[in-house]
Amino acid sequence: MGSILARIKQGRWWKFHGGIHPPEQKFLTMHKPIRNLPLPKVLVLPLKQHIGQKGDIQVNVGDNVLKGQPLTNSPHPMAVPIHAPTSGIITEIKNTLVAHPSGLSELCIFIKPDEKEEWVARHICQDYKQLSAQEILTKITNAGIAGMGGAGFPTNVKINTKVATKFLIINAAECEPYITADDLLMREHSSEIVDGIKILNKVLSAEQILIAIEDNKPEAIKALKKVTGSLDNFHVCVIPTIYPTGGEKQLITRLTGLEVPQGGLPSALGIVVQNVATCFAVADAVINDIPLIRRVVTVTGKALEKPQNVWALLGTPIKHLLTQCGYQKQSPEHLIMGGPMMGFSLPSIDISITKTSNCILAPSTKEIPKDNNEVDCIRCGQCADVCPSQLLPQELQWFAKAKDHDQLQKFNLFDCIECGACAYVCPSQIPLVHYYRIAKAEIRQQQQQDLKAEKAKARFEARKQRLAQEKIKREEKHRKAAEARKAAMNSNTAQAKDAKSAVAAALARAKAKKAQASDDNNDKKSQVSAAIARAKAKKQAKDGIATNKTTTAKTSDRLTKEKNADDQEVLDSITSSNTETTKPNTKKQNSNDNNNETATKEKVLTKAEKIALAVAKAKAKKAAENSSTHHTDSNLNSIDNDINNQNNTDDINAKKQRIAVAVAKAKAKKQQQSTESKNNQSKESS
Amino acid sequence: MSILIAILVLGGMCLFFGALLGYAAVKFKVEGDPLVEQLDALLPQTQCGQCGYPGCKPYAQAIANGEAINKCAPGGEDTIKKIANLMGVDVQPLDESHAQDNTPKVAFIIEEDCIGCTKCIQACPVDAIIGAAKQMHTIIADECTGCDLCVAPCPVDCIKMIPIAQTTHNWQWDLNRINVKTIDADDYSNKQSNNVKTNTTEEVNV
Repeated sequence: MGSILARIKQGRWWKFHGGIHPPEQKFLTMHKPIRNLPLPKVLVLPLKQHIGQKGDIQVNVGDNVLKGQPLTNSPHPMAVPIHAPTSGIITEIKNTLVAHPSGLSELCIFIKPDEKEEWVARHICQDYKQLSAQEILTKITNAGIAGMGGAGFPTNVKINTKVATKFLIINAAECEPYITADDLLMREHSSEIVDGIKILNKVLSAEQILIAIEDNKPEAIKALKKVTGSLDNFHVCVIPTIYPTGGEKQLITRLTGLEVPQGGLPSALGIVVQNVATCFAVADAVINDIPLIRRVVTVTGKALEKPQNVWALLGTPIKHLLTQCGYQKQSPEHLIMGGPMMGFSLPSIDISITKTSNCILAPSTKEIPKDNNEVDCIRCGQCADVCPSQLLPQELQWFAKAKDHDQLQKFNLFDCIECGACAYVCPSQIPLVHYYRIAKAEIRQQQQQDLKAEKAKARFEARKQRLAQEKIKREEKHRKAAEARKAAMNSNTAQAKDAKSAVAAALARAKAKKAQASDDNNDKKSQVSAAIARAKAKKQAKDGIATNKTTTAKTSDRLTKEKNADDQEVLDSITSSNTETTKPNTKKQNSNDNNNETATKEKVLTKAEKIALAVAKAKAKKAAENSSTHHTDSNLNSIDNDINNQNNTDDINAKKQRIAVAVAKAKAKKQQQSTESKNNQSKESS
Repeated sequence: MSILIAILVLGGMCLFFGALLGYAAVKFKVEGDPLVEQLDALLPQTQCGQCGYPGCKPYAQAIANGEAINKCAPGGEDTIKKIANLMGVDVQPLDESHAQDNTPKVAFIIEEDCIGCTKCIQACPVDAIIGAAKQMHTIIADECTGCDLCVAPCPVDCIKMIPIAQTTHNWQWDLNRINVKTIDADDYSNKQSNNVKTNTTEEVNV
């Protein structure tokens, strides 16, 4: 620690491997102040503008929102809220294109500004030094601040570390060759930035604060040195310009000589890195109670007449920025979000600015040609020389093309920071980073699938085990019950004898009842069978028509047979249910003659049941027949009505009706399946 | 004499190594067939039964016993390749009777149509359906493997299979995703003047 500080004070920096010097294009924008833009006609705010989860929408279409009003909210720590960048009306909430290389849509809130700029009630903090760490954290969380350097990691999560922090590194390197947003911000708002750093440090209580800035920003360095001159644990570290110094891991190595372990976080080393624009946003949020609703965006490129840094409200369409900066339409149109090294080509001009978009690059056709002249690798090895993560880009490329995921992981693909240095130096113009991105996504998806498969397997095994256990338990229970019964019967006690004689008596009674009940049943049976016969006759007539029209006589025969079998089944079930219900009835009558009332009630129920079943059957048939022929079946309808008229109990009827509909559906499905299989059979036979 | 020594020495060595091997066979006995475990790990674990076996493990067992390797529809070409690699056999195209689209899907219950019959619950191999008799059922989307075993038993046809939509989360970089045809600027203006309606760019999903 001591030696690190000594070196920092002497201005002797460690080196990281590789790095490149792409031609600087910062002169396009670095001499002009940050410009304020007129309000756009509409603001489009994606719900998720950071890494993590999206919050729940708190507003509705048509609502009037005030400037700074939260639009989403969620208790989830990785969900960062978004706020209305200006006052206006919410016109739409729908899926639309977002700033993502895929060109896929995500849920966005559309706000039509009312030009009044009315603020929501704010609580300005007079003295932030009085605030506790927890209060600061809450304020940062509510202000919706996520890392503004590009990745968009929620700031409140990043600074809420359990490990003691040795170094708080403020990343002001800005190594991308075009971007000057942080440069201008430091020049114009250095004191606010230092306030922001102090606020962050109240939470982190880091021993030393290192502000890392590349030596190509002399004015920003001067401004920062001026405001931090009197503070003893602040160090403005002016480091040589080389791409990609701004990478988190590279910057840590550059300043402290420490290396972040593979797959680990800088906090493991007691280091927290924050972007300089994030510090400004923190100061704004904690002191002025202004949530993150705007950011500095570098609008640059040679296709623009007036490239400049602008204060853009989040949600501002890129089209608006380009028009304001005098965009000359190029053919083919090529727009890049982020820098030329790590940015991505935009799928459309209608995409809006988010918390992480620091640059819109509109290059002329000559400046960055879009053509793809990839040729074969010549194994020159230049990519390995420049790789800041000390990987072997050439080898990785082979494996990525061969989709050899094991080898890719062996060669540490996931340590690649996608800086694009390898692709920049490649004489064969191979878009190496694209291959790595594809491979990374594939590996991640494979891992997710493996995880899911593992889970499914575990659940399947658990289910199998559960079923087996249930079966054993059931058998055990049955066996025990049987044994208990036997034991009770065989024991020579008076009780057992009583039970035996009771059983015998019951058997005798049941037999008598059966004989009696069978007469009863025959009546019902004949009623039902008459109805079925009528319906059948109808159906046969229909079938006859259908046969002429569609199917062969053979299939219709089979169909009717099938249907007959179905009817028989239903009939059987009805009769069995009848016998089941009549049995207890008669038993009751015997044991208690006064109980006639309940018995009749039950009878009504069985009747209702019967009717419901019949209705269902009829409906099913109707449905089946309707599908084959277009005749309306008035007779069947009349039967329906007859049955309905017979029904006295309306309440039960309503319920039965519902069941009937469900049963009808089921029947229809069955019918369809059987006809399908019939058709298949007839096809096969023919 | 020397022959006798040689025989004795060799015989002694034979006994020694025989004993060693016998001991090793007992000591390091492998329980079960490791090949089946390896095959099972390659299968997608949807437990869909499309291969004709009641689950992935039984199919893995069957492959180990010489069953065709091309019966896993959800796994598709990739799985067949991996199995072929493991078994040291040639890659075969997916069995035609099993050929179907293997886009990842998830089951969905149309809740107002559900009658609460519990038939789908009994069919689900991974217990991804919750519900009780005469209560509406629903599917735990995260646990659903998309095997579609619950679709057939439903008496009211209220279960449908929904393909998993592509979002920015599961999107994959693809260099050739959009084939943009570029037209020269002069060419374009000529065409415009001739009132020929053409699109400047054509998006073709490959």
